[in-house]
Amino acid sequence: MGLLSDPVRRRALARLVLRLNAPLWALPVAWLERTMRSVGLEVYTQSFSRKLPFPDETHERYMVSGTNVYGILRAPRAASTESLVLTVPCGSDSTNSQAVGLLLALAAHFRGQIYWAKDIIFLVTEHDLLGTEAWLEAYHDVNVTGMQSSPLQGRAGAIQAAVALELSSDVVTSLDVAVEGLNGQLPNLDLLNLFQTFCQKGGLLCTLQGKLQPQDWTSLDGPLQGLQTLLLMVLRQASGRPHGSHGLFLRYRVEALTLRGINSFRQYKYDLVAVGKALEGMFRKLNHLLERLHQSFFLYLLPALSRFVSIGLYMPAAGFLLLVLGLKALELWMQLHEAEVGLEEPGGAPGPSVPLPPSQGVGLASLVAPLLISQAMGLALYVLPVLGQHVATQHFPVAEAEAVVLTLLAIYAAGLALPHNTHRPLSCRVVSTQAPDRGWMALKLVALIYLALQLGCIALTNFSLGFLLATTMVPAAALAKPHGPRTLYAALLVLTSPAATLLGSLFLWRELQEAPLSLAEGWQLFLAALAQGVLEHHTYGALLFPLLSLGLYPCWLLFWNVLFWK
Amino acid sequence: MAAPLALVLVVAVTVRAALFRSSLAEFISERVEVVSPLSSWKREWLKAFHCWTWEYLHILEQYFMKVSFCHPGWSAMAQSRLTATSTSQVQATPLPQPPEQLGPQTPLIIYLFHFLIDYAELVFMITDALTAIALYFAIQDFNKVVFKKQKLLLELDQYAPDVAELIRTPMEMRYIPLKVALFYLLNPYTILSCVAKSTCAINNTLIAFFILTTIKGSAFLSAIFLALATYQSLYPLTLFVPGLLYLLQRQYIPVKMKSKAFWIFSWEYAMMYVGSLVVIVCLSFFLLSSWDFIPAVYGFILSVPDLTPNIGLFWYFFAEMFEHFSLFFVCVFQINVFFYTIPLAIKLKEHPIFFMFIQIAIIAIFKSYPTVGDVALYMAFFPVWNHLYRFLRNIFVLTCIIIVCSLLFPVLWHLWIYAGSANSNFFYAITLTFNVGQILLISDYFYAFLRREYYLTHGLYLTAKDGTEAMLVLK
Repeated sequence: MGLLSDPVRRRALARLVLRLNAPLWALPVAWLERTMRSVGLEVYTQSFSRKLPFPDETHERYMVSGTNVYGILRAPRAASTESLVLTVPCGSDSTNSQAVGLLLALAAHFRGQIYWAKDIIFLVTEHDLLGTEAWLEAYHDVNVTGMQSSPLQGRAGAIQAAVALELSSDVVTSLDVAVEGLNGQLPNLDLLNLFQTFCQKGGLLCTLQGKLQPQDWTSLDGPLQGLQTLLLMVLRQASGRPHGSHGLFLRYRVEALTLRGINSFRQYKYDLVAVGKALEGMFRKLNHLLERLHQSFFLYLLPALSRFVSIGLYMPAAGFLLLVLGLKALELWMQLHEAEVGLEEPGGAPGPSVPLPPSQGVGLASLVAPLLISQAMGLALYVLPVLGQHVATQHFPVAEAEAVVLTLLAIYAAGLALPHNTHRPLSCRVVSTQAPDRGWMALKLVALIYLALQLGCIALTNFSLGFLLATTMVPAAALAKPHGPRTLYAALLVLTSPAATLLGSLFLWRELQEAPLSLAEGWQLFLAALAQGVLEHHTYGALLFPLLSLGLYPCWLLFWNVLFWK
Repeated sequence: MAAPLALVLVVAVTVRAALFRSSLAEFISERVEVVSPLSSWKREWLKAFHCWTWEYLHILEQYFMKVSFCHPGWSAMAQSRLTATSTSQVQATPLPQPPEQLGPQTPLIIYLFHFLIDYAELVFMITDALTAIALYFAIQDFNKVVFKKQKLLLELDQYAPDVAELIRTPMEMRYIPLKVALFYLLNPYTILSCVAKSTCAINNTLIAFFILTTIKGSAFLSAIFLALATYQSLYPLTLFVPGLLYLLQRQYIPVKMKSKAFWIFSWEYAMMYVGSLVVIVCLSFFLLSSWDFIPAVYGFILSVPDLTPNIGLFWYFFAEMFEHFSLFFVCVFQINVFFYTIPLAIKLKEHPIFFMFIQIAIIAIFKSYPTVGDVALYMAFFPVWNHLYRFLRNIFVLTCIIIVCSLLFPVLWHLWIYAGSANSNFFYAITLTFNVGQILLISDYFYAFLRREYYLTHGLYLTAKDGTEAMLVLK
């Protein structure tokens, strides 16, 4: 592979890197266009703008407008029906400029080769993921997130695979690979295998979740380290946010991953040539593909790059957890049924005057109110924070983003107080005449089925999230009842509520990354995560926020209701 | 009782109107569970058709003008119609030529929507409301009949002595019609299919009116509505038998091969049915002046050329099959829908409305392009059989299966079509489970019904020969 082997190219790359290292406040669009054109690509730009629902404090942006630049290298050996993408997301600062340099060098090198059978798109996006989203939507001619962007002037074929590149310095000690995409979608495992093969071939050190690959699986350390990596992956996948701009490609059924160059204090460093060689190898392999990657796995968990846990192994675990809910529901149903028969038995003679099957009588009268109220709370949680931010900023001394997060927390907490106060007048007169237990049993039955359904559907689409929620919510949900040690149950329920799970996951995540959080930091991170969750729903269509607010939170409130049933 | 019904109607219409206005409407109208190729509402396609039918209307009107020269009053009316059309349609009809394929909608529906295309949302809301009202009044009447019959049998001492708790009371039956309307209008399946503007809602309305007129005892109207329903989707043909049985029962004509009255009435009813069917078909022919719609609509239903996935059993089976077997299996699958009518007619001779319920359910399960709207129609009848509740064995498990499957349909569709991590087998597995769930539910109701009837005549507390409590076995 002749990439950068001659000194002229090497020098050109160094110049580019130097040029790009100068402080940049916006993407040098004209320069990029000129350079790409001089390399021999078809160059196009796309401008986009997006007003976020509320100011993003972690990235410091609100009204975003930017320009994407992309160059298409037309394949000499085939019609432009298929393409590959190499993308470099650029933030507001110049942290990723080395990657732009490598991209341009690769473009220049690829241009000289004759074996390309797929078009290659070199894409530089501004405002990292927002730019990628705008470009992808325009490329596929859809508009799912309300992004305003100019239509694309040039297209290549259907995108088969994409690699996103993030480098923060011109030497790297290792390459970190990120696979988790939007809503926990994963690329085909073969793409990852491809990357790993080329890293091994080039002697590059690669890491997963920032962890080195365990060498020795026979002693205790190897599996333990694998477990740490696995847990990190579960947490990241469960968060449902795209970890790198590859995450947005996955929605369009494009296999994609992000490579991050890490520059740590390790002695042995690689220059960009080694990274470029690995990338060239990957692109040549992808170029030879006759059809989409489809044979291997889409559903997997990774304890190490060379090992994976298949769905057949991990799904039964979630299945058994949900079975607990199912069996509990069945038990409640049997009890309800028996109580009904028991009610009828002593009556004997006045049988004809038994009005309805009693379970239905109870069900209709006393279940509608808590169900509606908790669903309404969920809807309020979903709609109000973003809608009411301006009202909140007018009346309280807070910024918009703070207002959103605080409203979110306030509604969440208010939900705990509300439902069990309102169901009493509605349900008492029905329940008191019948067996007193029937009311809460029926409610719990409904709540159990509701929870099992939701967790099942979530586990199918995003296993990590489903499993995480199942492990936390199932025990408390199965135990909840209005008798016995109520405070204990209440504490357990609060600790396993979705928000508490999020807080706990943040602490666990940082613990696994060996950067433990203090309580105050944890709280700050929690608030930031809430704001990010809401923002990502509105900007990229991440589903975690609506799932929690419209589905799991109301369901959890039902259990809270059961616990305080009078 | 009118007030609660009105309230339910208002709630139902509000929910639908809100959904029509929301962004969900478009998503719902793309769902394969809600619309089939037979019932989908393709606005562009209808618009194209629109122009073409207008051309024929012009011809019709010119013909009409010629005829009406001798009737001055008519000609003035036709004149005004013609000017109205020519002003409004000039810009809309650049080249009126027939579409290449007629598409699987019946001509009358197209003709209807050619007038109502701009009020489609209103029309679908009204059809749903009409269905619910028709079912409400039908069941109200039916309950009266059931109660009268029960009283008669009690007076005649036909029931076993210890069945007091099985006897139905007016208290218990009072709210059933309202519950039926509620079950139909607020069933998520109905709401979805209304929001998707699936023409299945219109078929349901026709069947509901058929049931209403049958229960009211009007043989002529019943035959007309049955003919309309058959014309729409062919399968309601099998409802002829329960309709006839009910009308016979109402007129106290015994179902006997030797009885002359039985044959005369059956002949009359069949003639009314066939006659109105012929009239409707000829009307369609007159509208289009071609017979193309017969293969296009009924050929489409019977030969199942469109294998778009749906909640039915056909698509996967025929997508996987070798071409040269498919004719045989199409016949087998289609006969399957009609086959159950005969044994059911023999077994449920005395209970035509229950027969009708089972038959509607069978159509919804086994038809070639089922949607959730069809399922909603038979689900509306569940409150009528409230008294069977104590005999149902697996109602909890089966309800759970049906709910789980309904939720898993979109999830697995997403995994198959968008995420690419699952494949068609996953979706078909859920389709199978859903249908097995439905079949078991219906057979559970069937068994419960037979068991109750048995208990009514033989006594509730049966003992076996050895003195233990007896178990009934269905054979």
